[in-house]
Amino acid sequence: MKRFLAVLMTALTVTACLAGCGETTNEIATGAAKTVLSGTVTTDGSTSMEKVIGFLSEAYMEENSKVKVTYNPTGSGSGIQAVMEGRCDIGLSSRNLKAEEAQALTGTVVAIDGIAVIVNPDNPVGDLTVEQIGAIYRGEITNWSEVGGNDGPIVLIGREAASGTRDGFESITKTEDLCKYTQELTSTGDVVQTVASNPNAIGYASLASVKESVKAVSVEGVVPSNKTIQNGEYKIQRNFVFVTKKNGEMSAACENFFNFVISGEADEWIIAAGAVPVAR
Amino acid sequence: MKRVASFIEKTMSAIFTVCGFLAVGFVVLITGFLIVSGLPAIGKIGIVEFLFGRVWASTASHPSYGILPFILTSVYGTAGAIILGVPLGLLCAIFIAKMASKRVGVAVRSAVDLLSGIPSVVYGLVGMIIIVPFVRETFNLPDGANLFSAIIVLAVMILPSVISVSETAIRAVPKEYEEASLALGATKTETVFKVIVPSAKSGILTSVVLGIGRSVGEAMAVMMVSGNVANMPSLFKSVRFLTTAVASEMSYSSGLQREALFSIALVLFVFILIINLVLNLVVKKESE
Repeated sequence: MKRFLAVLMTALTVTACLAGCGETTNEIATGAAKTVLSGTVTTDGSTSMEKVIGFLSEAYMEENSKVKVTYNPTGSGSGIQAVMEGRCDIGLSSRNLKAEEAQALTGTVVAIDGIAVIVNPDNPVGDLTVEQIGAIYRGEITNWSEVGGNDGPIVLIGREAASGTRDGFESITKTEDLCKYTQELTSTGDVVQTVASNPNAIGYASLASVKESVKAVSVEGVVPSNKTIQNGEYKIQRNFVFVTKKNGEMSAACENFFNFVISGEADEWIIAAGAVPVAR
Repeated sequence: MKRVASFIEKTMSAIFTVCGFLAVGFVVLITGFLIVSGLPAIGKIGIVEFLFGRVWASTASHPSYGILPFILTSVYGTAGAIILGVPLGLLCAIFIAKMASKRVGVAVRSAVDLLSGIPSVVYGLVGMIIIVPFVRETFNLPDGANLFSAIIVLAVMILPSVISVSETAIRAVPKEYEEASLALGATKTETVFKVIVPSAKSGILTSVVLGIGRSVGEAMAVMMVSGNVANMPSLFKSVRFLTTAVASEMSYSSGLQREALFSIALVLFVFILIINLVLNLVVKKESE
């Protein structure tokens, strides 16, 4: 009996280790009409992509119940590192690959994160440059009259420190760790609500969550919309990238998930997650 | 038959015992968890820097983990809520117990009970939509989400516990005291403030301590009205409480940041522990 238990334990440990190391076990059972995929697809990286990857993996797993898509929120840099070292199947990055990274890795843009800068509808200011927005958030411009508005102090509304939207906004406007926030709110809805109720407020939010109660300003003359984000005219945007190994072989399940995401089939989930699908 | 009855007795007594120990078990579990997960970060950051550091920048490239702003905000916020809420609650309790006619008293009482049943997110929502703009316009500020708005919301939130405990204490004052005072020619107001309130002192104190506990532990409502920026507290500045510091960053945190959040929870736990100890002392004194 004891020996049997020992064998069982060893077997379990080995299995757990294999699964834990991100090894994918693929059994392609060829049925009469179609193949049933199974296995694990491990993703690792950007915390900003949590919502997108959450929607995508849920939608995918609903169709392919035997496949498990996992997500490890570590950050873009760690995700790229992880895929380079083979610790995950797909790395998630909310920035484009650097030249040296691109030598061994392939980056595929799966969605675009468009961040709208919003003000109160009563605010006459309708257009700002990226520099002006940066200066406003760094506290260098403190009155609306300096950017062509009414006389009034600018109230800076932002997100909490770990927010992906905040990370994206601050990296594009070059305001990392420099923002002089008046309020740090924990959800996009709160930001929209607060900007809607304070005539001097400015805030930022994913384009998809902007409502009529606030006004999205145009940036350097470009109005944020799915179209201007897709063609790159709107400045405050960044790519959500799937990072894979250039010469590595993908498991069948992984390849299938990848294709599902880039096929356009998944666009509705990308929109639901608040991002903009890429133009095809 | 007798055997069956005794079997039921024994089983039930076992069930009662298990339930009793289960509650203790939860307390031990939570305490143990908080200590185990909260202490390492304090060790890494250094207790002095952690408790007395003035800058909290957990996600900056050079992170800094000082929670003095949160501690002071929680202390000031609670003090403000007590200063506003206790007199109001005490006078309301006196009204219900001594001044109001029976029907009015019952009506006010049930309104107060209803107030205690309102979820804190509703307080926060009302605060965000009504109090924050009101504070902004009244004091002519750029923004109304600040310590003052949080104090107003907290003061309303502690009212139910202050009122109901004080009321019970006031009712418990022997009728003879009141009658003697009135017979000696004191007015009703004099009787209330010079006889009844002093006699109900320890009960009223209990209500204050309960109010402190409620207000220190509140997270949701203050998160929605206080602005949430880790500033050193000031009445009209956006501030972050101990509770909201944990709640607002926990969902995405990792590494030392996450451990530091557990440490904040540990500090909060110690606060609540001290408040409970004080409460026990007060109650003990009262029963003597």
